[in-house]
Amino acid sequence: MAAVPTREVARRVFAREFNDATYTFTESDDDRAPVYALLPTGQRVNRVFLVGTLTETEDVGTDAEYWQGRIVDPNGDTFFTYAGQYQPDAASMLRELEPPEYVAVVGKPRTYETEEGDVNVSIRPESITVATESTRDRWVVETAERTLERIRAFESETPDEYVAMARQQYELPVENYRRAALSALESLQEAAANAD
Amino acid sequence: MTETDLRTHAAEIHEQFAERLDLTVEEVHGRLDTLVNEYKVPTSEARRSVINAYLDEAGMDREELGGGGNERKVISDVETAEEWIDLTAKVVELWEPRSDAVAQVGLLGDETGTIKFTKWSKSELPSLEEGGVYDLRNVVTDEYEGRYSVKLNRTTTIEALDEELEVGDDTAEIEGALVDVQSGSGLIKRCPVEDCTRVLQNGRCSEHGEVDGEFDLRIKGVVDDGERVYEVIFDREATEELTGITLEEAQEMAMDALDTSVVAEEMCKRVLGRYYRVVGPTFGRYVLADEFDEQGAPADPEAVLIKARSM
Repeated sequence: MAAVPTREVARRVFAREFNDATYTFTESDDDRAPVYALLPTGQRVNRVFLVGTLTETEDVGTDAEYWQGRIVDPNGDTFFTYAGQYQPDAASMLRELEPPEYVAVVGKPRTYETEEGDVNVSIRPESITVATESTRDRWVVETAERTLERIRAFESETPDEYVAMARQQYELPVENYRRAALSALESLQEAAANAD
Repeated sequence: MTETDLRTHAAEIHEQFAERLDLTVEEVHGRLDTLVNEYKVPTSEARRSVINAYLDEAGMDREELGGGGNERKVISDVETAEEWIDLTAKVVELWEPRSDAVAQVGLLGDETGTIKFTKWSKSELPSLEEGGVYDLRNVVTDEYEGRYSVKLNRTTTIEALDEELEVGDDTAEIEGALVDVQSGSGLIKRCPVEDCTRVLQNGRCSEHGEVDGEFDLRIKGVVDDGERVYEVIFDREATEELTGITLEEAQEMAMDALDTSVVAEEMCKRVLGRYYRVVGPTFGRYVLADEFDEQGAPADPEAVLIKARSM
C-alpha cells in the first residue's frame, strides 16, 4: 500500500450550491473517518477550493479570537469562513486583510444547526491567500464547468451512489445550479465587455 | 463464469496451438468446462492448466506461444481504449481501493512508463504484490479524460516472473490549483555525504547521523484540478523561479528571523491558490516539475457559456 492515505480532492462549487449542502455523512464508523458534505448535484465533498471577493471580516469570538470572513462569488452569493486558534494562519490572514480583496481559500466544509433548526454550511479554511482577478476568473470558468458536469451526471439514467443519495436527501432542483453557473459566466463576460 | 467467456478462452487457446496440435475448439472447451464447472477451479487457473497440458503435449516452451491473438505492448504504446493486450509489468504501487467492486488498484510500470490498473473483485484473480513483476495476458485498455489505464478481468491470466524490471520515467503534464505546500518544503538541509542528499531532520541524517548539512530549497506541493490531486516536487531551481526567492535570500530571511520556517511561510503566500501547468517525469506518486508556468485568465469562457445555455 502507498504510505500516505489518499488526499481528498478540493471540489469546485459556487456558493449557491455549497450553502445548500446541508446533509453530511461518513463512510465508516472509524472516529477519524472523513466527514463529507453532499452537494445537491450528487458529489461528496470533504475539501473545497474557491477564489472570490473577501467583502467583510469580523472577530465574532467571545473569549478567544474567532474570525468570520465573508467571501462572495460573482452571483453575489456568500461563502462563510470561520477561523480560530486552531487555524492560526487563516485567522491571522482574516485579521490582517482589508476588504475588498480577491482571496483563494482551501478548506473543509462544516455544518452547524442554528437555534431555529436551520443548518448552516460554512468553510473551515486550511489556507487563505491573496489572489488576482485573472485567477478568480479562471476559477469561475472552471467551477461552472465542474458544476455542469455534475448536473449532467445527476441527470444520467445510471446515477452513481452519491447522485442517488442526493436525489433522496434533497428536494432541490439542480436547474438552480445551472443558472448559478450561467449567471457567473455572464457576469465575467459583462465585466470583459465593460473593460473594452 | 459465463458460457461465452469459456468459449472465448477455448477459441484463444485453440488458436495458440492450431499449428502444432490437432485440436478442436470443442475439445479445449470441454477441458476448461470440466475444470471450471465440475472442479470449481478459477478460470485463470483452468486456462493456465489447460495451456500447460497442451504445451507438454506439443513439446513446446511457454515462450513459443503467441499472445493468443493479442498484441504484446509496452506501456507507452497504450493509446487506444478497449484493446485487448498482453503486458509484462512491475507493480509499482498499490492504492487503497475505493469501492468493494475493486479488488486491487494501483500503478504498473515497464521500461517505457507507468499506467494505472484496476482488478475487479468479481474476476477472482490472484493477488498482485507491490514490487512484483508479472506477465499479464488478456488485459483490456481503457481511457478516461485522456489518461489510459488497463483493467484486469476474469479472462486475464497472471504469471509471476522471477525477474527485475527497470521502470522508466514517463512525462506527465498536469494543470490545476496549487492547494497545499507540504511539510519539508522551503529552506531545508541535506546530508553532505557523497550520493546521500537525504533531507536532515533536526540536523540528523537517517543514514549518517548528525552531520553538518548543506542548505537547499524545495517545494513539495499539491496540485488539484477538482478531479484529481497530484504531488509535485519543485527542486531548488524550480522553487527559485516559482517563488522569486533565491537560496541566498532564503538563508538571509532565515538568519534574520532565527527560524527557517519563515521561508516556507513566505513561499506559501506567493504560490498557494494559484493555477499552474506542470510538465515533468513522474516518480512514484510525484511529478518532478521540469517545466511549469502560471495560468492566467481562462482561455475560452465562451465555450462553457454555450454549454451552460444549451443544457
